[in-house]
Amino acid sequence: MTEQLLSIVHLSAVSARDGNAPVLRDVSLSVARGEVHGLVGESGAGKSTIAKAILGILPGGIRITQGTIKLGGRDLLALGAHARRRLLGAEVSLIPQDPLTALNPARRIGAQLTDGLRLWRGLSARDAQTRALALLDDVQMREPARVMRAYPHELSGGMRQRVLIAAAFALDPKLVIADEPTTALDTTVQKQILRLIRAMQERHGTSVIFVTHNLGVVAQICDRATLLYMGKVMEQGTTRDLIEVPHHPYTQAVMAACPRYDRPGQELEPIPDAVLATCRAEVMAFDRAGVSHG
Amino acid sequence: MLASSLIKRAVMAAVTLFGVAVIVFLLLRVAPGDPIAMMIGPGASAEDIASLRAHYGLDQPFLTQFVIWLAGILHGDLGTSISLHRNVVELLRERLPATLELAIVACAVAVILGGSVAILGTWLRGRGEGAIDAANGIMLAVPDFVWALAFVLVLGVFWQAFPLSGRIDPSIDPHFTTGFYLFESIFTGRFDLTRDILAHMAMPALALALPLAAIIIRILKDALSEAMLQDYVLLARVKGMSELRLIAGEALRNAVGPTLALTGVQFTFLIGGTVIVERIFAYPGIGSMAIDAVINRDLPLIQGLVLVFGALFILINLAIDVAVAALNPRLRHG
Repeated sequence: MTEQLLSIVHLSAVSARDGNAPVLRDVSLSVARGEVHGLVGESGAGKSTIAKAILGILPGGIRITQGTIKLGGRDLLALGAHARRRLLGAEVSLIPQDPLTALNPARRIGAQLTDGLRLWRGLSARDAQTRALALLDDVQMREPARVMRAYPHELSGGMRQRVLIAAAFALDPKLVIADEPTTALDTTVQKQILRLIRAMQERHGTSVIFVTHNLGVVAQICDRATLLYMGKVMEQGTTRDLIEVPHHPYTQAVMAACPRYDRPGQELEPIPDAVLATCRAEVMAFDRAGVSHG
Repeated sequence: MLASSLIKRAVMAAVTLFGVAVIVFLLLRVAPGDPIAMMIGPGASAEDIASLRAHYGLDQPFLTQFVIWLAGILHGDLGTSISLHRNVVELLRERLPATLELAIVACAVAVILGGSVAILGTWLRGRGEGAIDAANGIMLAVPDFVWALAFVLVLGVFWQAFPLSGRIDPSIDPHFTTGFYLFESIFTGRFDLTRDILAHMAMPALALALPLAAIIIRILKDALSEAMLQDYVLLARVKGMSELRLIAGEALRNAVGPTLALTGVQFTFLIGGTVIVERIFAYPGIGSMAIDAVINRDLPLIQGLVLVFGALFILINLAIDVAVAALNPRLRHG
């Protein structure tokens, strides 16, 4: 068995703003070193909440009620604020969803690219600069020296996302969380960005958690995936198994609703209400069991 | 900023000042009160009054008076003060530096105080923010002259922490070559004088600074809280930056633009506030001179003072625009 980098065990969370309604229901998943793991689900399924829980940036109203998140054996939820900031800053990074808002409009690209290197590697300004130029080269950025001096508004969306990818891999992190990193981009650029993330991941041997609602993206770059519905894991497995032999009716329905290159001409089916009803019943049954136990 | 836009601003400034000149000239001619009646005794003969009127050109038609005055301005001549019998330009040159120094110190105090409280409030967020907001509410409600009177009583009379009036200890003869006492004492290294000048400035400057600081706190704290919710701050947080660095390094740069623009507008109110505050502290600037000029119906002096105030407002707003552009890279490359 491969070594697990990240393991989430029995993670549950509630939304205090919403009358303590559960947003995560007993989620367990693990990510091996070098694995690209897809977190798939509709909006509100809890995929972003899991990502934020790992990064320690849950919004004020969301509270974790049980479970552990372990990174390389250390329980993130048990760490003090400072130790957690240190650990996450150096070992986990984020590729955000919207490259247009994720860069500080008032700071030069070079400064934003070297933040982590200077903060956690203690590099001098000049060394960090050299390293940042190499990183921009790695993400196939043209004219890296000019980009370093530029402000975000001078770059296109695709270029900004490359900058953010370069920044995410700058510290050779153990885990990169990609939060729908292609949603805000043109379809043509999407494909390049996906390939780039995969290439960077392979070169650095990094584990990646890929948050997406797009099964096509999962098929393209993920080794394994977890399918969520209403904050509960519906099915988990290798990408191949999920696509070829889906067990859960929800997975089967989602697969049937997805266009496939290998089955041209096949009609696309909307997810049947009966399947959604089954999923909801499953969630309700889980909640009742939780209440009777509690 | 491009040269062409600077030229455009200069032309606009000239037009604005001309407008100010027309309005103040007209208002003073319609307003009740006769400068000649203010300067002579009750027993003066009609001939004396008529000859004085002719001496100051007040017997001419309005339009002629205006043209003469305007022609004088273009030659750098603002006429002669009726009450002080001295050249208006000379009077302004003596008094303006005192007011400028006071306004600059007051503005610096307001920016430092307001900026640090706003950052502190953002940093504390839930904890203690209510106390800051409450104190800020009081600061917003109390005008500068009320602060000034309170300081006179508490700091000046009761504790005697600061001198009550004037600009410098009257027993000192500083032999300054410029009117900028504070700056000159610093640049010439006479720090004992600097201390005395600052002590005299402390109460009027603080009285002028507090209302401005209150506005800076309110606006900057809101702008900072707004900026702290942005994606780039979230990403910086994920990078592991400390809370203080997130506020001062990431959010502040983006929050300071709108704050600066509004501070600029409020700063002009501060200049207006010098009129009463200088009076309370007998501070020899153009503010206290303006009150005397109005009481004496000293038309040339009032006109000169209003032009100077107008020019100050225009210059301050131009400086603020340049600063805002310098801080915002999107405008800079615009």
